[in-house]
Amino acid sequence: MVDVSLLFGQFLGGLTTAMFLFLIASGLSLVFGVMRVLNFAHGSFYMVGAYLAWQAVHWLSPMLQSFWLAALAAALGVSLLGGIIERLLLRRIYGREELYQLLLTYALVLILGDAAKALWGTQQLSVSRPAALAGGIEMLGTTLPIYNLFIMLTGVAIAIAGWLVLSRSPAGRMVRAAALDREMLGALGANVGALYTGMFVVSSFLAGLSGALITPIQSIVPGMDVEIIVEAFIVVVIGGLGSFWGTFWGSIIYGQVLSFGILILPSFSLFSVFALMAVILIVRPWGLFGRPL
Amino acid sequence: MKPSATSLARRIPWTLVVFVLALTIPWVGSRYDTFLATQIAISALFAVSLNLLLGTTGLVSFGHVAYFGIGSYVCGILMKTYAVPFTIALPAAALGAGFGALVFGFFCVRLTKIYFAMLTLAFSQIIWAICFKWNDVTGGDQGLPDVPYPDLGWMSSIPFLEDLRISDQFYVVTLVVVMLSLAAMQRIINSPFGLMLKTIRENPQRAASIGLDVRGYELAAFVVAGGFAGIAGALFGIFNRGVFADYVYWPKSAEVMIMTILGGIDHFWGPVIGAATLVLLNKETTSYTEYWPFVLGSILLVLLFVFPGGIAGGLTSAMGWLRRRRGGA
Repeated sequence: MVDVSLLFGQFLGGLTTAMFLFLIASGLSLVFGVMRVLNFAHGSFYMVGAYLAWQAVHWLSPMLQSFWLAALAAALGVSLLGGIIERLLLRRIYGREELYQLLLTYALVLILGDAAKALWGTQQLSVSRPAALAGGIEMLGTTLPIYNLFIMLTGVAIAIAGWLVLSRSPAGRMVRAAALDREMLGALGANVGALYTGMFVVSSFLAGLSGALITPIQSIVPGMDVEIIVEAFIVVVIGGLGSFWGTFWGSIIYGQVLSFGILILPSFSLFSVFALMAVILIVRPWGLFGRPL
Repeated sequence: MKPSATSLARRIPWTLVVFVLALTIPWVGSRYDTFLATQIAISALFAVSLNLLLGTTGLVSFGHVAYFGIGSYVCGILMKTYAVPFTIALPAAALGAGFGALVFGFFCVRLTKIYFAMLTLAFSQIIWAICFKWNDVTGGDQGLPDVPYPDLGWMSSIPFLEDLRISDQFYVVTLVVVMLSLAAMQRIINSPFGLMLKTIRENPQRAASIGLDVRGYELAAFVVAGGFAGIAGALFGIFNRGVFADYVYWPKSAEVMIMTILGGIDHFWGPVIGAATLVLLNKETTSYTEYWPFVLGSILLVLLFVFPGGIAGGLTSAMGWLRRRRGGA
């Protein structure tokens, strides 16, 4: 007999992973969609966000226990870092061969990874769950931690907000125009340089925020950057590089494949997600929801 | 008029000179020098094999480490688990890696640019997941420790070689294998086939329009590069006394790419220079600080913004500048 509560539990677990990954991958996908740069350092921004959140919690703790303030501070810190990097480095390589773009962002992975090691050491760090979101709720025989529910809702909220901004606001119109034809947009008098910096700042903010939000459920360790970036790549490839909703559905597919893959073939769930990525690249390189470039 | 220095330089068989000089290391250097030289030779072979894709054909493979890994595992498993002699295990590693490159490459060459890079990355991560999880065959996260040295007993009947330590004897074997492989790759690059690859790099559309089977040529380059990476991997597994899943993890692909670019992708010997520089720099740096990745990242930034042609590219333009100065004076 099929155990309903077990399956539902896996489903919820997959959904949590999915929404969490969406938070990370949406920024990666936005930057690729508009700037055509595949940013390896996105995972490093996520890691820096996690470390900054830990640091902020520690600095704040004598005065007030506020995880939310710490998370916000971490996300803002990472977006500042992202803005500086875009202005100083990334700006110089738009339009150069993709080999150089990949290597530049990989250089940032190396530098940020070691900087984090130098600043925060190599031992595991953790942040306790905010008191307001402790505990869990019973559903169909499984317990869903309230924090996980919060992550899911945040993911959905970001998805809706992102969609509204992209499709309804003047800024979103500019972003879509830049994705289609950046020279033409520039020729029409728009400040494409500022737009790119803005996009990169928003993307870094999302990476930093997700890094901060993961700290109550996962300990912070060196190497989390290179691990997460590959997962984020899988998600954006499934959905379609540069497609916002594609990234959303891509994360849901990824989360469920990983979650049920563990149930069916425990040691090959890692294999299955990479295989999924490869199959999609072979059959539809532009992803399930993207359009051919 | 005297024969100019450049034409004289061209007449010297540099491959042979490098080979003979490198061969003397076990006698003139310390044990540690031989250790470094072995590592440089293997890395150089790996980097040159990547450059067959990167520099010659213009394919940005972000998963070249997959074929290095297949080579290491095939050779390691054959020699350790099945006690197969090295003379069979090494060609088997090259064939295995070449076959893997044939299967994966078949799909990869259908994509271009960023999608090509992503698919090569995905395939290398598939190989990594298999190596990491298939405990019965690959040893999983424990890897395969204690891969034996090849049986080099025959060396004891050769004068000069008989007194060497086994690690030095293995260095001699490595050097011979690497030099033969490099010579073979140089022949390939300078052959009509290699010229076709360069044509594809310069302009794939035009190459296709003059009737070239672009995908076929790219696949052939992919397979050859994979096979030689497999040889490098097999040697590395023995040199490092074990094969581990870490060899196949994606940052290793980035590392060999940095080696290649650092040396310069426009020259055959560029990746060799890059490999030697990076290995020596790594040893120097790690004796002062543990933050080698930070140093490597900074080198990479300087490279990208100041010397995009790498060391070899920089040297060539410096020589050209000198020659022009002398000609003008």
